[in-house]
Amino acid sequence: MTPPGAADGPESPAPTSSVSAMGSAAPAGALVPFERDESRRQVKVSRKGDVDEWGRSERMRGLARTLYGPVYRNWFRVEWEGLEKIPTNGGALLVANHAGAIPSDAPAIMHGIETELERPVYGLADNFFRTLPVVGTMWSRLGGLPAHPDNAYRLLREQRQLVLVFPEGAKGPGKTYRERYQLRRFGRGGFVEIAMRAGVPVIPIAIVGAEESMPTVFRLPSVARIVGTPYLPVTANMLTMGPLGLVTYFPAKIKMKVLDPVRFDVPPDQDRYSRSRVMDESEKIRDRIQDALYEMLRARQSVWFG
Amino acid sequence: MSDGTDSFLTSADLPLTTVTGAVTTAGSARSGERPGRRVLVTGLGSFWGGRVAQALEADPTVEIIVGLDTTEPTVELERTEYVRVDANYSILARIVKATQVDTIIHTFLIVDPTHMSRRAMPELNVIGTMNLFAAASSAMSTVRNVIVKSSTVVYGCAPEDPVWFDEETPRSRSARTAPERSLEAVEGYVRDFAEDNPHVNVTLLRFSNVIGSEIETPLTRALQLPLVPSILGFDPRFQFVHEDDVIRSILFTLAHSLPGVYNVAGDGLLPWSEVAALCGKRTAPLPPFFTSAFTNPLGRLGVLDLPEDYESLLRYGRGVDNRRLKQLGFRYDYTSAEAVEAFIESVRLRKTLGENEFRYRYERDVEQFFRHSPAVVRDKGL
Repeated sequence: MTPPGAADGPESPAPTSSVSAMGSAAPAGALVPFERDESRRQVKVSRKGDVDEWGRSERMRGLARTLYGPVYRNWFRVEWEGLEKIPTNGGALLVANHAGAIPSDAPAIMHGIETELERPVYGLADNFFRTLPVVGTMWSRLGGLPAHPDNAYRLLREQRQLVLVFPEGAKGPGKTYRERYQLRRFGRGGFVEIAMRAGVPVIPIAIVGAEESMPTVFRLPSVARIVGTPYLPVTANMLTMGPLGLVTYFPAKIKMKVLDPVRFDVPPDQDRYSRSRVMDESEKIRDRIQDALYEMLRARQSVWFG
Repeated sequence: MSDGTDSFLTSADLPLTTVTGAVTTAGSARSGERPGRRVLVTGLGSFWGGRVAQALEADPTVEIIVGLDTTEPTVELERTEYVRVDANYSILARIVKATQVDTIIHTFLIVDPTHMSRRAMPELNVIGTMNLFAAASSAMSTVRNVIVKSSTVVYGCAPEDPVWFDEETPRSRSARTAPERSLEAVEGYVRDFAEDNPHVNVTLLRFSNVIGSEIETPLTRALQLPLVPSILGFDPRFQFVHEDDVIRSILFTLAHSLPGVYNVAGDGLLPWSEVAALCGKRTAPLPPFFTSAFTNPLGRLGVLDLPEDYESLLRYGRGVDNRRLKQLGFRYDYTSAEAVEAFIESVRLRKTLGENEFRYRYERDVEQFFRHSPAVVRDKGL
């Protein structure tokens, strides 16, 4: 999981043999590498935890897989279509529609890919998550990180990982039940630009079922402003189950369809990309997810049984 | 340089002539084998100034070391000349001119705000740096290398931050606390100076949280409390750099004349809970809301010393990309985890051996320096 040359964990100290190799790439002023004095190196530590540089802990993730597995299989009865389109190695940016007052899609996608493809997925989320005690830390340990372009680039380009992003942002889960499956604006197309810069494909995923697992009946924007959250929904879950509804989803059947990967024939690592091209590609991907959603909804017989 | 100086030097036939000659032919600083580097270290009385001066004394290519500070050095120095200056470094121009230094190592910047009023720190950092650069950029200046020890504090600490800051990443939010604002101002002066003086190698080193066997910072103090403070529900990742690596990086950039900005930080990020666990401590969570309402009274009681900057650090942590300096050949002796381990080793040692170390005292004053020091290029005007 650690990239070559990146800030290594203590378990893989920088190999001294590569000193000369690095020296040749360095400017003339620094041809003589500074010797690493092994005698002064008194301490050798093994890490006590397994939290990686992004805050993800495989141990916590494993625990979450064990706990979430039954929910995934028996509650949401998640079904995938086209999972083979997600590469088993190399970086790719997964892009999906986002729904449910507390979105049930992110954990389902991450769990599904991790169990089926046995590779980690890093989920990009709003910075707001990070400001929440406990929730922010849990999210981080389970593979979430703040949606900063630098984070995405480093994960995709240098570490060739899978990164999941919801371009609708908070506007997706913030919409009410009446607006279900109507995709919001895809931000400013930042995800396309990151994929271009990182030289990885965008893999769109259409999800049906998350909307019905925790539908928002109405919103309280003024309360949200006071509390300081991006949105404050009153969900059907809360109305029917009371406080229990805050954390309980309806057992809607979740179906996911992986669409064909989108590759951009542009050179990576450019300073900037054509704004119109970025917006066009973003819009195209949005349309494809929207079309897939309508198609899946037409085929759906029941919210609960699919 | 005036004619008077040259004639004075030739008539006296001092060995200094060769040195000044070398200095005036500028640029040659790059070659490295030139004998007699003349180095000025600011903040000699501070931990860093003392350590840097000690390291320079071991280097035979360094001929003269002049250290400035408001307080006397706290470490034993063999050949470093100490000059007491006022807090604003107003005497600096005279010293630079008199000693004909070619290198300035500015270690004086204060990052730890605990023992200083909110007003005094910007005053010291900013005005001191201003005077330093004013002296270094005067027409007669012989300065060809400037190394400034800054801190990754300039990147700030906010929820919008990326996991890794590289040298070009801008801050997410504007600077608010005193150390951040003063360092930002200082870095502005450094940039201006580098732009105005293209013939000078200006190196700006940004160090992450320093830890090690000797240094004392708010973090090391926190880690030595019976219970390590944390903020409930937050477990940010920290990056550390060992104090020896700090000194080595300063010497490395000095030896190779590497202008530019460099992050200096150990490899790897450690969750705060793991840092505490490495130190064999448990954490005591502070409430996540209205935290300062709890920390301020505790601070006044002297139980806990947690400046504003560190409170946000205990929420969001900070990671910096250390690859730029590594690509130039620098090797760290310690990763973040190893630096923490080295720190806790020394705490253990101090506990068993006791604090019976010899306290060094320095007794000499500025006048004596000017009268007897070979570092002073004796101009008739002086």
